[in-house]
Amino acid sequence: MKELKLMKGNEAIAEAAIRCGVDGYFGYPITPQSEILEHLMSENPYDKTGMVVLQAESETASINMVYGGACLGKKVMTSSSSPGISLMQEGLSYMAGAELPALVVNVVRGGPGLGTIQPSQADYFQTVKGGGHGDYRLITLAPAFVQEMYDFVELAFELAFKYRNPVMILSDGIIGQVMEKVEVDDYKSRWTNEYIREQFPWAMTGKTADRPHRIITSLELEASRQEKVNLRLQSKYKDCEAQEVRYETTQCEDADYFIVAYGSSARISQKAVEVARENGIKVGLIRPITLWPFPSKAIQEITAKAKGILCVEMSAGQLIEDVKLAVECKIPVEHFGRFGGIIPSPAEVVEALHSKLM
Amino acid sequence: MKREDIVKPENLIYKRTSVLTDNVMHYCPGCGHGVIHRLIAEVVDEMGIQDKTLIVAPVGCSVLAYNYFDLDAAEAAHGRAPALATAMKRLRPDQFVLTYQGDGDLAAIGTAETIHACNRGENITMIFVNNGIYGMTGGQMAPTTLEGMKTATSPYGRDLSTMGNPLKITELIAQLPGSYYVTRQAVYTPALVRKCKKAIRNAFEYQKLNKGTSFVEIVSNCNSGWKLPPVKANQWLEEHMLPFFPLGDLKVPENK
Repeated sequence: MKELKLMKGNEAIAEAAIRCGVDGYFGYPITPQSEILEHLMSENPYDKTGMVVLQAESETASINMVYGGACLGKKVMTSSSSPGISLMQEGLSYMAGAELPALVVNVVRGGPGLGTIQPSQADYFQTVKGGGHGDYRLITLAPAFVQEMYDFVELAFELAFKYRNPVMILSDGIIGQVMEKVEVDDYKSRWTNEYIREQFPWAMTGKTADRPHRIITSLELEASRQEKVNLRLQSKYKDCEAQEVRYETTQCEDADYFIVAYGSSARISQKAVEVARENGIKVGLIRPITLWPFPSKAIQEITAKAKGILCVEMSAGQLIEDVKLAVECKIPVEHFGRFGGIIPSPAEVVEALHSKLM
Repeated sequence: MKREDIVKPENLIYKRTSVLTDNVMHYCPGCGHGVIHRLIAEVVDEMGIQDKTLIVAPVGCSVLAYNYFDLDAAEAAHGRAPALATAMKRLRPDQFVLTYQGDGDLAAIGTAETIHACNRGENITMIFVNNGIYGMTGGQMAPTTLEGMKTATSPYGRDLSTMGNPLKITELIAQLPGSYYVTRQAVYTPALVRKCKKAIRNAFEYQKLNKGTSFVEIVSNCNSGWKLPPVKANQWLEEHMLPFFPLGDLKVPENK
């Protein structure tokens, strides 16, 4: 029987990191996610598993510490909220270019600028369309429950090491702060240096006589070779798109209308589906779990005969672009969003279904 | 003649250390980087720690340093090498971790990472090559460009009233409780090369003690950026750079 704990989403991230054998966390405080660093510090993970936790001088330093740790084949992570994640874009681009695995958690708050400390989903574009410079992708997981905040930490590292690519958990201030029941695992031991030496022929483990020295870089000055690097990355992204799409459907079988929503908006939309069905409207919910790779094909197939799709998000309309691309604008796709830290209510979502699609 | 009389630095036949690769260096003729690379490689070789040394390269002229050292290496973003090195040393305290940075990298864009790594007392070695100019991008003003010095972005000379003062970051680092060994060296004469090698060796040895950051500034030349032939660049270094950046130890451990 697994142990049950009542935890905030942020604490679940921290607890999962310790228990699944993460080697290092480097972070800087910012609301609404500081509980991650606080929980890690209070749990003394170095004594439990040998996990290193360090409060850095900035988000810039944090992400570059993660870069350094990732070079060694270690499981390393950081977390922040929107303005801090903006500062990390340089590092994320370097890590994507150098093909390094790592986990970055964004507990999104309202923007732009210093914005607000209230929840938001307005960092969708930044996360799934690039954010930093160059043609790269971040594998993006969108948890909707505190349990998923916990579970996605281990999943993120599996994907990060499988594809040698940074993974983002794109959460928001609601899931970060809300308390729910979480099933936690036993403590797993961290990878040994010997295991890393055997498993990861790219990692910096110290140059020995039996192999050439290892260089981790995103620099290739010769254009024809840099294009090859890019082609290799693109082919990796294609594999990831073919294999890693995750989504969840609720009451889609007989639906005339669909809501597409992720994270907290999906939770709110789930209630909206119930309310709408009580009123005799057949609505289904599609919840993308991976935002990149995006479940385009699934959305297209499930909504093939739909009368309309409503994208519900705490932004001015970002996810909607990927949904429109998925259905190739063959059916009406509308957006309903509240932003700047406002959380939409299920009643507002039902009202939007009526006013925008019926 | 006794063996001791023969085995003197002057009589030894030197060969290139195996810790350097066979790649042809891209540095300008007369540049100090090649000498400094070799000194680091020799120290790693002599200490027998090639399999335990991780090096972080900067952005700047030495951006390709990883091609020349036969060591496992990472290329940092501009200024961020101390952050990478911090994590590396904390996750692999059994390894020797080294950053190699220029003045733009370490003392301008990476000032925060530099100061905080040294202030935390990260148990790493930082090699700081200061030639008072941005060499790679074509000779622009650096944080260590001297007053009156002409560069591509200070074509009439550095005017302190509008462009600010050259930064003595090494003096600043020596003030921090986390720094353990701070020294300023140069490599433009054979005697100074030998002295510098000793300083680099000290810096590596101190990593074994786990007592803080060892920081070696090397005042170097940039004949291309300074627009001087190599010999004149070295003279200019002695006459102008050294009065502002005097050589010597700034902080040495008490019970050495």
